[in-house]
Order: sequence, then structure tokens, then C-alpha cells
Amino acid sequence: MINLAIDLAFILEKLVLIAVIIVISLLVALYTTFGERKVAGYIQDRYGPNRAGPGGIFQPFADGIKLFMKEDVIPSSSNRFLFILGPGIAMTMAMLTSAVIPWGNEITIAGRTISLQIADINIGILYVFGVVSMGVYGIMIGGWASNNKFSLLAALRGASQMISYELAMGLSIIALLMLTGSLSLKTIVDQQSTGWWNFFYQPLGFLIFLICAFAECNRTPFDLPEAESELNQGYHQEYSSMKLGFYLFAEYVNMFISSALMSTLYFGGYDIPFVNDASMGQSIGTNWLAVLQAVSLFAKVGFFLFFFMWVRWTIPRFRYDQLMKLGWKGLIPLALFNMVITGLIVLIKENGWPF
Amino acid sequence: MQTLTNRAKPVDRRPMTVLEKLYLPAIAKGMGITLKHFFKKKVTIQYPEEKRPFSPVFRGLHILNRDEEGRERCTACGLCAVACPAEAITMEAAERMEGEENLYREEKYAAKYEINMLRCIFCGLCEEACPKDAIYLSETFAPANFKREGFIYGKNDLLIPDPKKEPEQYQKALGSRVKKS
Repeated sequence: MINLAIDLAFILEKLVLIAVIIVISLLVALYTTFGERKVAGYIQDRYGPNRAGPGGIFQPFADGIKLFMKEDVIPSSSNRFLFILGPGIAMTMAMLTSAVIPWGNEITIAGRTISLQIADINIGILYVFGVVSMGVYGIMIGGWASNNKFSLLAALRGASQMISYELAMGLSIIALLMLTGSLSLKTIVDQQSTGWWNFFYQPLGFLIFLICAFAECNRTPFDLPEAESELNQGYHQEYSSMKLGFYLFAEYVNMFISSALMSTLYFGGYDIPFVNDASMGQSIGTNWLAVLQAVSLFAKVGFFLFFFMWVRWTIPRFRYDQLMKLGWKGLIPLALFNMVITGLIVLIKENGWPF
Repeated sequence: MQTLTNRAKPVDRRPMTVLEKLYLPAIAKGMGITLKHFFKKKVTIQYPEEKRPFSPVFRGLHILNRDEEGRERCTACGLCAVACPAEAITMEAAERMEGEENLYREEKYAAKYEINMLRCIFCGLCEEACPKDAIYLSETFAPANFKREGFIYGKNDLLIPDPKKEPEQYQKALGSRVKKS
């Protein structure tokens, strides 16, 4: 008999978890905008914003209030429905990926074991790729609905760039999947908790994944969709007020999520480095362990966020033909090579080193 | 070809090596440079709290000086207005009456003295032209204003505080540029 009774507590637990994770990723994205300006300032020998509140910590809220207060212009020649849909899609798709990322191990509250992952689906990575490729639609629809040549050009650039780099990203992931043998992010993290981090098995794969993540997030040096010297503002040229804010915000949420993904796939996820997590859990209790693990994950994510900014304020933008050349002639052959080598090694290993 | 300086470098047009084509070493080098700047001392001057010291020859807002007894030095001779290349200065002279000897040093004084700060080019020729050391340029600059009228400074704005009544403010306004006579 199939039990069709609805587990109310389960639904409640997941809803709370979803709310918490959405709030956290929004907050992180909010403060990433601030961090970006600070990092930009420090790299350029300035201080960055430091007036709103001590050290400028209220700056993101001031920015948000400013964006909300701005006049919301919808161009008369635009497609009204799609114009509003664009930023919505961009934002939603940016948030959706967080569902499969394990933010920590299990915690136990009032006898219930709660996994700090919204959905541990066995095709986690496929889900991530599906959602990420949906993210193109946000840019595409926004650029097209604006009814502006620059926006359309930028949207086309963005779409072709994201599709090209998704290929190399997928190929670099395949090599990783050969090693792990699982598409579930939770299983991948568990494997890394006991053994070495995947980064040490797949340094080339990580490099390709990193470069593709930059391209997927439309970050410098691949921020061609918003190359202001060529396309004014890019696909969000006609946007104003919070719709523009949504686009800018989606970029930061994307950054956060791809940082989390990189940490999960290659740097052990919530695994605390140099510590045996299982034995530590027995000494301080699983709840505290889960908290420490979440902190560990966020430290890794924080490093990657900083890395994103660091690269942005160091490297100039690629030219469009260079971008395509790097994607198709550079990264895809490299990822294929990596895949073949990994496959070879996995095969040899399974046959027990016959030489 | 003779170069002007010895810093000129010929452009390297050799084809890139494989390592250079990889870009990654160059990127790592660049990121090292930016990281070094991340920890460098910042050059910003936090303006309202911190102010950049002016150079001793800075020419800022005009000040109409008084003598030690607090009497206005200006005699409305008009030499500053003649010297002014921007024609920013206008004045009206008046005769000193009986009982006003504690206010004005000489028999003639400026009843009205106006400088249009939008016309003024802060060249300091008025200061050089003045035979009485009555006008000199201080170490502050004209603050922003919403109206053009606000930039026409009258005697109220230009006169230095009385050294007898408000000695502290007098010293503050005096600055270091005034000729000590």
C-alpha cells in the first residue's frame, strides 16, 4: 500500500528551510554588492563606501531604498508582459539552484532529523544544469522585450556565450561524475568528507568549471552582455528602478550559488578541512557539527565570492571573438581531453592496475 | 633614431610562446599585483573629517582686513577694482563722519564693497594692488550656493572679525597669508 498521507511536519520543515535559505542567499547577495564595491575600492587604493553606518555596512540597504524610489519606466514600444517577466525569470532561476545544494549535515530538533538540504534529488547536477540554462531566458526575454537594438545585441551575446560555456562546463562535470559515480550533490560531498577533495583529483576540470562559472554569471572577463563601451548598458539598458535591481541582484545571487556549487563539487562542500567530521560530531553533538559545517561551507563560498571580485577588478574584458575562440577552441577540447584521461584512469583503476 | 629619453622600449613583436598563450601565468601575475594593492595604504582623504592642507601660496576667498584696533583698513581708493582683470570688484566710497574714528582708519572708507566670486579668478592682483594691505586672499574657498546672488560677497561676508571683540575668530580668519605689517 502506498502511504498517501501528507506529512504536515515535513512540509512545514521544508518551507522553513526554503525561507531560511532564500533569506540567507538574498542577504549574502545584498552584502556581496557591498563587498564588491569595497573590494573594488581596496584594489584601487581607495576605501569604497564607508559613510552609511559604521564602515558603510548599511550601504546595501541605502542602495535598495534608492532603487525602489526610482521611477519605474516601461518603454512604450516594449512588450509589456515580457518586459516584466524578464527580471522575474532571471531572479527566480538564480534562486532555484539553491534547492539542491547541501548546506550542512543533518540537525536534530525535537526528535526530528532535518537535512540541511531542501531536496536531495538523485539527479542534483542535472537539475542545476537545467536551471542554469533557464537563466539564459531572463537575459534573452529582457533584451528582446526592451525593443532596443543594443539590448537585443547584448541578449544575443549573452545567450550564445552562456550556451557555449555550458558545453565546456558540462564536459568538465562529466569527468567529475566518472569519479564520484553519483549525480546527487549530497553523495558527492559525503565522498569528499571521507576521502580527498575532488579538487585534487580534478584540477584541470576545476579550472574549466571555474572559467565557465565566470562566463555563466556574466562576470568580468566575460561580461560582454553588459559591455558598456560597446552596448551602452547591455540587456538591461531600458530597465530602471527595482527591475534593474532584480537583474543586478540576480547576477550576485548567481555568483553566490555558483560559488556554493564550486565549493560543493570540488572543495568538499560542508566538509571541515583537516578534521574528521564524524568523530567530531560524536564529541560536540550533531547539531553543533552541522552549524560548524555550514560555517565551513560559507567560508569557502566567501573565498570564491572574493575570488570573483578579485578577478573582476584585475582582468579586462575579452573581445567577443576571443571569447568564442576560448570557449569552443580552448575549453571544450581541453574538457574533452580531461574527460578521456579521467575515463582512462578510472578504467585502469577498476581493472586493478594490470601493468 | 635619437630618442628623447632613455625610457623608450621597442615593441616586442615576437610571436607568443605556448606559456604566454595560456594566459594563466599572466593572469596570476596581474592578480598578484591587485592583491598587493588591496593591502596598500589608501590614498583617500576622508574629506569632511580630514582636510588636505593648502599650500602656503594658495589663493582663496578674499578678506577685508582690519588694523590692530579693529578699524577697517580699506579707504575705497579703487585700485583693487582697477587691477582686477575679471572686473569682479565694485565699491562705493563714503566719507567718515565725526565719531566714527574707531570704525574706519582713514577719512574715506568703503560704504559698499562687493566681489562677485563667480567672476573672480583668484589671481591675487587686488592683494598686490592694495596700498593699505586692506585686502588679501585667505586659505579657504567659496562654498557652493544655490543662487547666483549668493556668490556676490558684500562687506558682511568679506570683513574679518574684530580683533578686539572676537580675537579668536580674528586669528582663525587671519590665516598665515596676511602681510604682517
